[in-house]
Amino acid sequence: MKIILNNRDEEFKTSSLTVSEMLELKRYTFRMRVIKINGLLIPKDKYDTTIINEGDNVQMLYLMSGG
Amino acid sequence: MRLTDIESHLVKFRVGIAGAGGLGSNCAIALARCGTGTLVIADSDIVETQNLNRQYYFADQTGMLKTEALKKNISRINTSVKVIIHNLKLNESNIPSVFEGCDVIVEAFDSTDMKKILVETVQLKMPGIPVIIGSGLAGWGNNETIRYRKIDDTLYVCGDESTEVSNELPPMAPRVGIVANMQANTVIEILMNKLTV
Repeated sequence: MKIILNNRDEEFKTSSLTVSEMLELKRYTFRMRVIKINGLLIPKDKYDTTIINEGDNVQMLYLMSGG
Repeated sequence: MRLTDIESHLVKFRVGIAGAGGLGSNCAIALARCGTGTLVIADSDIVETQNLNRQYYFADQTGMLKTEALKKNISRINTSVKVIIHNLKLNESNIPSVFEGCDVIVEAFDSTDMKKILVETVQLKMPGIPVIIGSGLAGWGNNETIRYRKIDDTLYVCGDESTEVSNELPPMAPRVGIVANMQANTVIEILMNKLTV
């Protein structure tokens, strides 16, 4: 499937993925982040159950310490 | 547009500042100088000597609650700004009530845990209210890495999105101030865009 990840086209072999699976495939594992799919924020406890489908617009940003 | 016209528009709005450290104190001062109507500032810390390398407090204010010291400093700059302070630690359950009625909320925490709680709570429980995140400001130099990104109409991020503070890469006045002022600039832009609606 094709999705948009941070305004760029991204292709995966499967027809859908959970957020956790996408993070693993992209090796995004360590940092604190915010994820939105089609404008809806996905809280961390929903990463295992939220499905990313064909055409979805996924926005991700890292939260870095310091203030 | 003339400054007086800008000020008479900005006075109508209420901005929430979540955290009164390096980002929050400097952002609040910039918004106060612009004539933002009301600032709602929440923090539970006291001013400590090691904060003075970047936070908008003075040496004779150590030991004071940051919220009270900041309210005082704002009043010395612009007496017409209404400052509402909350001396408490923010969490999922009190964030919506503390920042009720705010037009924009500035995320100004130090820890990533608190940043995440603030962003998730506002996005999920206060739909439509924009959050301005500060993310990535550690160290010095590297002006070109500090940026602004609009995720959508309710989420903006300012910072380099890559550096974390550490003993070797502490937060310092210049980069913290740049990001804090970039957050304030984003707030002003959002509020000024309401002029044409």
